[in-house]
Amino acid sequence: MTHDFWAMGGYAAYVWPCIGFALATLAWNIWSANRHYTAALQRARRALAMAASEAA
Amino acid sequence: MWTWFYRLASPPYVFGVTRALYPWLLAAAALLIGYGLIAGLGFAPPDYQQGDAFRIIYVHAPSAWLSLFGYTLMAVAGAIALVWRIKMGHAVAAAAAPIGASFTVVALLTGSLWGRPMWGTYWAWDPRLTSELILLFLYFGVMSLRPAFEDPARGDRAAALLALVGVVNVPIIHFSVEWWNSLHQGATVTKFAKPSMPPSMLLPLLSMFFGFMFFYAAVLCKRLRGEVLNRERLATWVKEAIDTHDA
Repeated sequence: MTHDFWAMGGYAAYVWPCIGFALATLAWNIWSANRHYTAALQRARRALAMAASEAA
Repeated sequence: MWTWFYRLASPPYVFGVTRALYPWLLAAAALLIGYGLIAGLGFAPPDYQQGDAFRIIYVHAPSAWLSLFGYTLMAVAGAIALVWRIKMGHAVAAAAAPIGASFTVVALLTGSLWGRPMWGTYWAWDPRLTSELILLFLYFGVMSLRPAFEDPARGDRAAALLALVGVVNVPIIHFSVEWWNSLHQGATVTKFAKPSMPPSMLLPLLSMFFGFMFFYAAVLCKRLRGEVLNRERLATWVKEAIDTHDA
């Protein structure tokens, strides 16, 4: 049963890479969006700090 | 209705709403994709012609759908920004582009891996495949055009125009299997009156479709928050939002 599942009727070499690539892309999207947001947050903090120091 | 629409043009409102929506959208996506994968890979019966290779549909079709949806969203957001001069439209378009491009790559790669056992080749210059590849190049064009200008406003406008011109490719991709002779199969899911699948195959596929949609919306929320911060970093509300929510 387990072997049949992983063998995918002889198409394992095509099915599992597709699933793996799709899941990797989902993970990349979350990582990339978090990285994009964190970078933007840091830039905003720096800009606000610079504006505050210039005002002072 | 219009009050709600106008609220979406407000960066502080969008920044707050996307923050609240993100975890719920991601949780819904995880549940639906989890169910879709388990039911689709483990319990759906093999196809009578394609055997177990048909299971690639559970990631290929939702990715291909999102590649078209993402581009259309980008073009609509760009059009709204150009016509009504709503800056949030450009932010949505900028946030949507890399997500859509990534799902276009998934659609092309999984389609190629599906094509090898079914058609005997990884790639053919077939109307559906070629127009999908053009879509990927359009995504790359929009993504690289925006930062190519020194003035960000000009970059936004140029990217919105390219997105609008390129949206003509979306119906071409969708109808290519009807307009021309194609190796690619016709519609499977859109024919709700007479679907080509039994419920045991269709339900996991619908679950994957909705799961991918929720996932797209979640990632769009996160990227949009970053875009809003990049564009509004000196606004007073940004300082308040950072101090209250993200400190």
